[in-house]
Amino acid sequence: MDIFLIVLGAILTNNILLTTFLGICPFIGVSGEYASASGMGMAVIFVLTMTLPANWLIKHFILDPLGVSYLSLIVYIVTIAFLVQVVEMFMKRFLPALYSSLGIFLPLITVNCAILGGVLFAIATWNLGFMESVAYGFGGGVGWALAIILMAAIRERLRFAPIPEGLKGPGIALIIAGLMAMSFVGFSGMINIRDFGG
Amino acid sequence: MAEAIQIQKASAPAIPLTQRLPQTKGWKELVRDIWDDNPTFRMILAMCPTMGATNMAINGMAQGLATLIATVASSATVAALRTIIPAEVRLPAYMIIIAFWVTIVDIFLRAYLPPLSAALGPYVPLIITNCFVLGRAEAFASQNSPGLSALDALGVGLGFTMSLTLLGIVRELLGFGSLFGIQIFSGWTPWVIMIIPAGAFLLVGLYVGIVKHFSPGGQIGGGA
Repeated sequence: MDIFLIVLGAILTNNILLTTFLGICPFIGVSGEYASASGMGMAVIFVLTMTLPANWLIKHFILDPLGVSYLSLIVYIVTIAFLVQVVEMFMKRFLPALYSSLGIFLPLITVNCAILGGVLFAIATWNLGFMESVAYGFGGGVGWALAIILMAAIRERLRFAPIPEGLKGPGIALIIAGLMAMSFVGFSGMINIRDFGG
Repeated sequence: MAEAIQIQKASAPAIPLTQRLPQTKGWKELVRDIWDDNPTFRMILAMCPTMGATNMAINGMAQGLATLIATVASSATVAALRTIIPAEVRLPAYMIIIAFWVTIVDIFLRAYLPPLSAALGPYVPLIITNCFVLGRAEAFASQNSPGLSALDALGVGLGFTMSLTLLGIVRELLGFGSLFGIQIFSGWTPWVIMIIPAGAFLLVGLYVGIVKHFSPGGQIGGGA
């Protein structure tokens, strides 16, 4: 039950993009077209679900027992870069169709702040347990994908809208994101992932 | 004739600094990075800290300065090591250099300014994934001397600090009626929207629109 609540909370109440501002650069940069937006969303779900438990294990079985938690940031980012590489090789070998549809977005995920941000929130700030971290990783990825897919759908409809010259492109995208964030405020208070932390 | 030459000789070093400085290469890089390539409003880069850490003016400024220090230090380090790092593994190497400096900044803030560190939360460690820190390392520091790279990074950092402070000032003024913690409007009804995430998105969108409207030149684009 807790796991289900965390997944739901990560998608709606603690949406990684619209409430904690993580991964906005690709959200603005890649949301111009629906197909690439959904590809990017899939890649983020994949990587976030894998990196959170991996970094959880590293923190609790390597960094904490050795007392070297001051190295955590360097270790986390190297782990993320390594896992992105592994996911890329795995997909190339076993899921070539998905791999070619994701293209350049997969390697770019290393510098997507949603990944490192998700790790820092779940492991460092909220101190979630192992299963909770897996659930938050999956839910957070789905929430991010939901936001970018919604955004891409809206931007496709806006292509021929009479928008003031200065606001075309990133400007209007940010304002739409603001309106989306406002509507997600309606979910706040239902679930708070912080409560599941230790 | 001899008198004229003497006057010329005497007057040559007398050109004020404000006129000599703009001619140097480092200065040009600095100005271009602060305004023409402003990371926030021009390049639409580094959006996470731009929004997450600007609900108060002081937070925006602190986040900007922390990023500035990390960027300058990483760019100078990358430039100093540019002949040693093999081209094939340069990106992971840059990431480790950046992560190292960000860790130093984070530990320093936690030790000497704990309230500020608590207010900024994970946005200080997140400087690692700040696109323009890696961007400056890859685009500029990998080909230039440490001094010039530090100036280039300083320009980007100052432009970023300026943008974040501006956003923080407006959000704090409308959201709390105060400025840098000092109450400006008494009996102000707070605009809750300016404190919550939605306000940050709306405000940055408007800023981008205004900057683009009044100076249409330059590159506007979204990165990954």
